[in-house]
Amino acid sequence: MSATAPPLPRLHVVTGKGGTGKTTVAASLALALAGPGRRVLLVEVEGRQGIAPLFDAAPLPYAERHLAAGLDGGEVFGQAVDADEALLDYLTMFYKLGSAGRALRKFGAIDFATTIAPGLRDILLTGKLKEAVSRTESGRMVYDAVVLDAPPTGRIVKFLNVTVESGRLAKTGPIGRHSRSVSRLLHSSLTAVHLVTTPAAMPVQETVDAHRELLAADLPVGHVVLNKTAGAEAVDITAERLREGLRRTGLPSDEALVTALLDEYGTRRAETEAIDSYRARLGTLGRPISELAILPEGVDLSGLYRLARDLRGGLGAPGGAAEGDDPGGDDRGR
Amino acid sequence: MAADLDLDALLSDEGKHVIACCGSGGVGKTTTAAALALRAAERHGRRTVVLTIDPAHRLAQSLGMKALDNTPRPVEGLEGGSLDAMMLDMKRTFDDVVASHTSPDRAAEIFANPFYQAVSSTFSGTQEYMAMEKLGQLRASERWDLIVLDTPPSRSALDFLDAPARLARFLDGRVIRLLSASTPGSRRSMLSLMGASAAVFTRVFNKILGGHLLTDVAEFTASLEDTFGGFRKRAEATFRVLQDDQTSFLVVATPEPAAINEAVYFSRRLTEERMPLDGMIMNRLTPVGASLSAERALGAAATLEEDDPRDPVAAVLRAHADTAQRRAAEQRVADRYSAACPDIPQVRLATLGSEVVDLAGLRRFGAAAAGS
Ligand SMILES: Nc1ncnc2c1ncn2[C@@H]1O[C@H](COP(=O)(O)OP(=O)(O)OP(=O)(O)O)[C@@H](O)[C@H]1O
Ligand SMILES: Nc1ncnc2c1ncn2[C@@H]1O[C@H](COP(=O)(O)OP(=O)(O)OP(=O)(O)O)[C@@H](O)[C@H]1O
Ligand SMILES: [Mg+2]
Ligand SMILES: [Mg+2]
Repeated sequence: MSATAPPLPRLHVVTGKGGTGKTTVAASLALALAGPGRRVLLVEVEGRQGIAPLFDAAPLPYAERHLAAGLDGGEVFGQAVDADEALLDYLTMFYKLGSAGRALRKFGAIDFATTIAPGLRDILLTGKLKEAVSRTESGRMVYDAVVLDAPPTGRIVKFLNVTVESGRLAKTGPIGRHSRSVSRLLHSSLTAVHLVTTPAAMPVQETVDAHRELLAADLPVGHVVLNKTAGAEAVDITAERLREGLRRTGLPSDEALVTALLDEYGTRRAETEAIDSYRARLGTLGRPISELAILPEGVDLSGLYRLARDLRGGLGAPGGAAEGDDPGGDDRGR
Repeated sequence: MAADLDLDALLSDEGKHVIACCGSGGVGKTTTAAALALRAAERHGRRTVVLTIDPAHRLAQSLGMKALDNTPRPVEGLEGGSLDAMMLDMKRTFDDVVASHTSPDRAAEIFANPFYQAVSSTFSGTQEYMAMEKLGQLRASERWDLIVLDTPPSRSALDFLDAPARLARFLDGRVIRLLSASTPGSRRSMLSLMGASAAVFTRVFNKILGGHLLTDVAEFTASLEDTFGGFRKRAEATFRVLQDDQTSFLVVATPEPAAINEAVYFSRRLTEERMPLDGMIMNRLTPVGASLSAERALGAAATLEEDDPRDPVAAVLRAHADTAQRRAAEQRVADRYSAACPDIPQVRLATLGSEVVDLAGLRRFGAAAAGS
């Protein structure tokens, strides 16, 4: 690797409007990134247990757990990070709190602290991420990549930028130092924030807005993922032609069916055209766009691997590199 | 499947004065609330107000209004009847509650408190709590005979039921009490009685969040306590409003596993809490017009493609097969609700051809939902 190339992202933050497919895309991305010999950690932070059901697994614990085999022989681990637990970790780490921490928790103080200051929750969660990204074991990175099923676009900048504030508030001491190191990671090219959208007006608008806000906050934007696309190739068809074709294949060809089929086809074409216009709008952001087709049967485990294959090469290349970047590099990120 | 939901019967029922539309994020709560309110006014001659909570401001556009605010205003362009619309401004509503329960001096003190500013504008639960508060006010005014309530965009429909009580419990809780006892003026901090770990906790907390927060919280709750007797009581009172049978809950969902699971949980909770759940609206199914199975369509397409791989008839048939498969998968997901809640009347509604952006669109949505 040349000395000037920026390091490839190791922390992949997947955000988007609610319901666009953040969890699905994060999970498939983790599978795609888990190439031969690689270990990938898939993390959720909203206490929803959205990941486990995708893998037909029991609810994820606070400690990471093996979840699935990656696409080409790597391994995917899963973790549900919880702010209360993280606060105890944090207090223990900086103040050697030990069992006193448990007592505080019983008293409701921990709950109180994280409720009263939603920002504290985010500090703790991003702190855990930083720890997972930079953890080493006998001189080797434990995880080659960490994928976060992140809060939605409406809250993402606040979430990722919380340590900037806290780093400023606490100028000295371990918390200030910690906040600043988390903030450094999140603002570096080791992080990539991917924006998931569906081809619909509101999600695309939110993507454009979020992109602007991320840039304004100096946060690194990665790919745009256009999810749930459905393409019908545009063909010209007349009622006669359709009736003739139906007859030729022994299907019913009554007026009602012909009209209904033409109507449906018209709707599909309108959808396809709308997708083209959304694609163009997203194109103006100047980010690579990865597309995922809508799976008509919904997403089960095999569907997840299928989406992972579609992501591989683009967003899912090791390190999430665009073409042209160094594809190898097991020694990277020391 | 369960019985069909008769929305027109519900909208014209003189005994119903509140209809609340609930469901998880993005399923169509706001659209449903607006469309039903419009139909109640136009078709059933009821003096209706719709209380929406739509931060995206799209409802205002659909109703042909420049903006909605915290005061009900008449919707113009109706085909008969009377409909008012408003959008919840939670900070305003909270301010009004405080102002109407205390002296101007005391109110000014509360407004200036930074913690009050946080609670009234960003706290989780405040929006739900204030929606209930506003509902109580609208009912008390007796200006309308039907109030249609949209619920806040939260990830879980249960938040609407739980958040007010959670907020109340929190503000009434043990830690807050201790803090109130440790406001400047009282001699010693109760927190310190909890020992060294609590001291560490306070120190860390102050360090991360700035030194004033704990004090602000304590002062705020102290002044609130004696102005209107605690949050908890108030939240409980508004909760009871929702239990009487003048209220009707409608659950909205889309045929996606997560939304259906939410709808099932929520329906069970409503039943447990003896809240009047009158129906479920399964919104946004993929519309299918042609009655031809996906298998037959695919088979025929393959036959045609043997002669001409680019046969346009094959393309039309494949598009239909895809649409039909999507619809079938959605039906299977939707059926989970019917299986889990067989007693709840249901209506299934296809995605309309165009997005719902004006009164005409809301009328079409209402007509489709009412099955006419
Ligand atoms: N490519 C796809 N094809 C078909 N269905 C999809 C696809 N991507 C996502 N879905 C489905 O869409 C729904 C929403 O996806 P998902 O839960 O991943 O979204 P999300 O953004 O994480 O939602 P939330 O905001 O609720 O966390 C799920 O039912 C999922 O199975
Ligand atoms: N049956 C339908 N046909 C076409 N468009 C629909 C239909 N139902 C809802 N929509 C559209 O879906 C979008 C989301 O609907 P809406 O805003 O009512 O959802 P919501 O549940 O209120 O969302 P939130 O949780 O964000 O408040 C809107 O653009 C609306 O026009
Ligand atoms: Mg999710
Ligand atoms: Mg809404």
